[in-house]
Amino acid sequence: MSHRWGMVVDLDRCTGCEACVVACHAENNIPTVGEEQALKGRAIHWIRVERYYEGEFPEVRVKFQPVLCQQCDNAPCEPVCPTYASYHTEEGLNGQVYNRCLGTRYCANACPYTVRFFNFFNPAWDKPLHLQLNPEVSVRQVGIMEKCTFCVQRIKSAEVHAKMEKRDLREGEPTPACVQSCPPKALVFGDLNDPESEVSRMTRSRRGAKLLGELGTQPKVTYLQREDWNAKNI
Amino acid sequence: MPRTSDEPNAHLVNHDLVNKDLLRPVALLSTRFFLVVALLGMVVLAGFSAWGYQLYNGIGVAGIRRPVFWGFYITNFVFWIGISHAGTLISAILRLANAGWRRPITRCAEVITVFALLIGAMFPVIHLGRPWQAFWLIPYPNERGLWPNYRSPLMWDFFAINTYLIGSTTFLILPIIPDFALARDKFSGWRKRFYGILSLGWRGTQRQWHRLETAMQIMAIIIIPVAVSVHTIVSWDFAMTPVPMWHSTIFAPYFVAGAIFSGIAALIVAMVFLRRFLHLEEYLPPVCFDNLGKLLLLMSLLWLYFVFAERLTVWYGNETAEVSVLWLTQRGPYRYLFWIMVACNFGIPFPLLAIKKLRTISGTCIASIAVVGGMWLERYLIIVPSLSRKFLPYAWGTYRPTWVEITITVATFAGMALLYVLFAKFVPIISIWELKVGMREASESELPIVAQADLRTDNIAPERANNQAGGRGQFQK
Repeated sequence: MSHRWGMVVDLDRCTGCEACVVACHAENNIPTVGEEQALKGRAIHWIRVERYYEGEFPEVRVKFQPVLCQQCDNAPCEPVCPTYASYHTEEGLNGQVYNRCLGTRYCANACPYTVRFFNFFNPAWDKPLHLQLNPEVSVRQVGIMEKCTFCVQRIKSAEVHAKMEKRDLREGEPTPACVQSCPPKALVFGDLNDPESEVSRMTRSRRGAKLLGELGTQPKVTYLQREDWNAKNI
Repeated sequence: MPRTSDEPNAHLVNHDLVNKDLLRPVALLSTRFFLVVALLGMVVLAGFSAWGYQLYNGIGVAGIRRPVFWGFYITNFVFWIGISHAGTLISAILRLANAGWRRPITRCAEVITVFALLIGAMFPVIHLGRPWQAFWLIPYPNERGLWPNYRSPLMWDFFAINTYLIGSTTFLILPIIPDFALARDKFSGWRKRFYGILSLGWRGTQRQWHRLETAMQIMAIIIIPVAVSVHTIVSWDFAMTPVPMWHSTIFAPYFVAGAIFSGIAALIVAMVFLRRFLHLEEYLPPVCFDNLGKLLLLMSLLWLYFVFAERLTVWYGNETAEVSVLWLTQRGPYRYLFWIMVACNFGIPFPLLAIKKLRTISGTCIASIAVVGGMWLERYLIIVPSLSRKFLPYAWGTYRPTWVEITITVATFAGMALLYVLFAKFVPIISIWELKVGMREASESELPIVAQADLRTDNIAPERANNQAGGRGQFQK
């Protein structure tokens, strides 16, 4: 059975703790660019927790919204790449071939979610972070675009193990680092081709909505709106 | 051949004098020339050093950041490709329209095209994160079986610009061949050998002339759709992506009009400098500037119309992200740049070009300098504000260029001037043979038919030739 990986973000559960951000950095060898570069807006976070405030003080409501690559079915970043560095994989992921990337940054301009990140310099890690690089993930050179892969290394590893044991993948077997580390289980990952998987069931929720769905990008990440907000609005 | 009444050089009658006047800049080497070349060369060298610094340290030394991934470099790219529309397009249209006043300006225009394209085409490479891999854009068979992505507007750009470069270089070189032959015949020593090679065995036979004119006719027709397609595709680099205020059908004609607009302005500026420093006052008479000024006026109005149409529809449509970008340029921090742009592209040039008394050489020159600056700003204001305000407010950002980008930008202007100065030193900047065709047509229309037979052999009525020569005793060769 072919897979179609998707994710659900339950905004009711997200506390904005940013454990997902840290886990992602550790898993995917994301460089720490340093204070100075971060001030220039060059920090790299494949997943970020956006904070939006509503209302006037003291009646302020804060909304946390984790944003990562939406793995669009109709991705604006893919057709614009002149070298096929960004392309659509057979499992529906928006692949990024680091070795093929020239750094035109066209994909990042085309992406309406601004979830593509550019290596303005060669990567570096503050000590002792340089000792904990993940051998499963390649380190990216200067001039290369990178972004969330849904931890494709974990997906591939799980698929290989399942194949060795001559069985199908089990529910929850490949788990991206952000999903694994989320304390309130706001992030759910799974196969959208399996109608009984947790992610499929939650995607069908009446609270479900796509981020900037009106642009027609057909994201594979679904956001479950906050129940109390819905009640207020209805 | 159809008669034209608008020959700007009807007063020139002595062919030998024309030869001498127009070959003189090629023959003489002055200290001033070396000074100018050294000065411009130093600026260009600074630009290359800045690029080297960027290559060594990484693209991060430029001011680009997330989300404004394109900044000065792409602005320069669009700007220089726009300037390149000066030449070939204008000269092709004027050739096809058989406008007599085109004769002294076609070559100055065509040279701008070739050099501006060369400079513009450097920028997509300069802006790459890994420029050393730029050759991957070329479709060549390789062991990995990988081809470039033909769906990417950047690939369309690659082909469009290369086609235009080849086409406009051919269009430039073809009509220089007879002038190279003239230089070969008039000079001696190393210059004779040099121009002998360049003239490609031109002997001026009937057959060669026929072939040259056929080739020019074909090229003039082919180059027009090519030129239009180039800036259309440059605009599609932006219009094809779902970015607020980029994703618009108006972009292709808007960019083409803007390109011709800035191109004419660049041409006028170049002509003013040539006229002054190469003493071509008689060959580039005010009528050329007057006519180009009228064209510039037309393009200025067209530009204003496009800007109005673009902004009105965005404002009325009131789509959240688009309106946010619109107000960023109208009311936000970019408003000063926006109104400077409007002043440069319309406010200053409009009165200078619309009022006949002001449409002088200096008037058109001031208007043109304003337009060149204004059109650079226009490209900047198209690229940067849209990227800094995409859909999710959390990811908004600003852009500020660094010294690296500024140095490279300044260096390209110096580079353009340097290439132009060097070209004018090796090639007669005014097409001598085309000028003579114009002179002959002008005199034919004045003289009775019987006298035309004499003119065919370059015999000029002696008293008229003497009058001309007497008025310019300072000339020595």
